[in-house]
Amino acid sequence: MTFRTPLKQVRGLGAARDGVAHWWHQRLSAVALIVLVLLAAARIVSLAGEDYATVKAALGQPFWAGVLILFLATAYYHFRLGLQVVIEDYVHGPAARLTMIVLNIFVTAALAVASILAVLKLVFGG
Amino acid sequence: MAKVERPLSPHLQIYRPQITSVLSILHRITGVALGVGLLLVSWWLIAAAAGEEYFTFVNGLMGSWFGRIVLFGFSWALFYHFCNGIRHLFWDIGKGFDKADVARSGQIVIAASVVLTLIAWIGAYA
Repeated sequence: MTFRTPLKQVRGLGAARDGVAHWWHQRLSAVALIVLVLLAAARIVSLAGEDYATVKAALGQPFWAGVLILFLATAYYHFRLGLQVVIEDYVHGPAARLTMIVLNIFVTAALAVASILAVLKLVFGG
Repeated sequence: MAKVERPLSPHLQIYRPQITSVLSILHRITGVALGVGLLLVSWWLIAAAAGEEYFTFVNGLMGSWFGRIVLFGFSWALFYHFCNGIRHLFWDIGKGFDKADVARSGQIVIAASVVLTLIAWIGAYA
């Protein structure tokens, strides 16, 4: 007689109630980006070809800086989620796959922080 | 043990391209390409934060004929992924799955992405 149940096999492997988190976050960020992309694109397009002083003043306005920061954070997050799916589909070796997934997370986070810091500098840098 | 030759289902080289499959892979390709586009946005913002000299250099690169071709491709990829992403969100709530609807929404997405790209570029030059 054994008291072991199949639970032993699935522990640590199951969905544990967040199995759809990746899917859900991708949709959530997609919905947010519908608004943020249009706002950010309109602002950037309106600054196409303008000189340094004009661009600096325009991006330093708190409203537009806020829009850009939300856009950058959401866009990099959405991109990292999407790229992870692409990696999971095409990179098959376990070591290579894990390396790519981790690199994807680190690099997109670093780029998002660098871009947001740039916007903050335009607002507060004087 | 001899390797069993399993039957294969029709795959990419055999299956005739259709609007559904072509738009599907385009969504993935534009998604990855938009990561590069996002990098360009970050570069432009970081240049603006770095100071006038560097910003003028980066702004000049992006305004050159080569820069404009890249940005044109970026803008179409953005609007394609934007429109097709909204199409995906409708599918996610269970709408638009009839065969005729899927083809028609695909045609609308292509047309809308072209129109939005043109509007953005007219806005940039206006």
